[in-house]
Amino acid sequence: MTKGSLKQPQPYWNPYLCGIGLGLVLLTTFVVMGRGIGASGAMTSVVSVGVNAVSETHASANAFYAGYLGDGTVSPLKDWLVFEVLGVLIGGFLSGIFAHRTKLKVEKGKSISRNGRFLFSFVGGIIMAFGTKLARGCTSGQALTGGALMNVGSWLFMISLFAGAYGMAWFVRRLWI
Amino acid sequence: MNGPFYENGWIGEEASLLIALIIGLAFGFFLERAGLGSARKLAAQFYGRDLTVFKMMFTAIITAMIGVYWLSWFGLLNLELVYLTPTYVMPQIIGGLVFGIGFIVGGYCPGTSCVASATGSIDGIVNVIGLLLGILLFGELYPYLETFYNSTPLGQTTMVEYFDLPAGLMVFILVMVALGGFWLSEKLEALNASNEGE
Repeated sequence: MTKGSLKQPQPYWNPYLCGIGLGLVLLTTFVVMGRGIGASGAMTSVVSVGVNAVSETHASANAFYAGYLGDGTVSPLKDWLVFEVLGVLIGGFLSGIFAHRTKLKVEKGKSISRNGRFLFSFVGGIIMAFGTKLARGCTSGQALTGGALMNVGSWLFMISLFAGAYGMAWFVRRLWI
Repeated sequence: MNGPFYENGWIGEEASLLIALIIGLAFGFFLERAGLGSARKLAAQFYGRDLTVFKMMFTAIITAMIGVYWLSWFGLLNLELVYLTPTYVMPQIIGGLVFGIGFIVGGYCPGTSCVASATGSIDGIVNVIGLLLGILLFGELYPYLETFYNSTPLGQTTMVEYFDLPAGLMVFILVMVALGGFWLSEKLEALNASNEGE
């Protein structure tokens, strides 16, 4: 094996094959756990624990945080979604290592500076947080999970998500193309 | 052995957390394999150049949907015990629009921002920080948003119940829509590739 072939990132796998793989993971989750997968819920647990650490009275007075903190008998971080997202981090990292894609980098379009990209990535995260919390789930917990269960609200969320992103894409084209 | 195993009391709390880790690992692995840890690849979906997001998402949805349908038909999975997020029409439509705007501005969704961070994308880490701060802001504003958050409820309801169609027919319709979408995606990608070649 030459040095060059070690560093060269491997091509991505076929999206349909990855989709079947992800679909089987989701199906397994339904059969084993009676629930679906998620991502933003784990982040909400982390935020709620942080707020609770700063002020317990403030957190318990707010129904949003209180819902994620539980009754206090078990740590809110000893939660199914928190462990699942830890798995996502490990799985993503390992897949990236095997394909020689795990390395420090900044993903951006060619017309934007690194700091510009960081600003938009940050602001996009804040906007997305409001969307996911209003909708009671993100692309994982609503679109994938609820999509497969033919959940009415999940399909409304998914159609609106694509509409919002396509509608906004032209205005932010300088970020990407 | 009928599912869901956990809801039937066959799996303890500790074991369920180990399962969560393994499920997450496979989830993150497939997202990264398809290239969904890359913001440019995710954003390309909305400029018609690379429709990996749509293809992977809808293949996963119909795969799991068909699996759920048959397992439940054979009595191997009790759908009554599978959690369904309740529908709130307006919050989910507005939430979806806002989410879509955040997605194209930031370049990631919550799951893919985790994969991007794990594979060393600094912009992915920045996106996760934005998400955490946004959730904190939402939490602080929650007393003012609560009325809208709980508006237009339909309860836990599926399209099978809403449209009053046989489950098999609803699955068939959605699979056909997905297959039509895949065919269009391939056409669109080929068209944009030939345009860029000129």
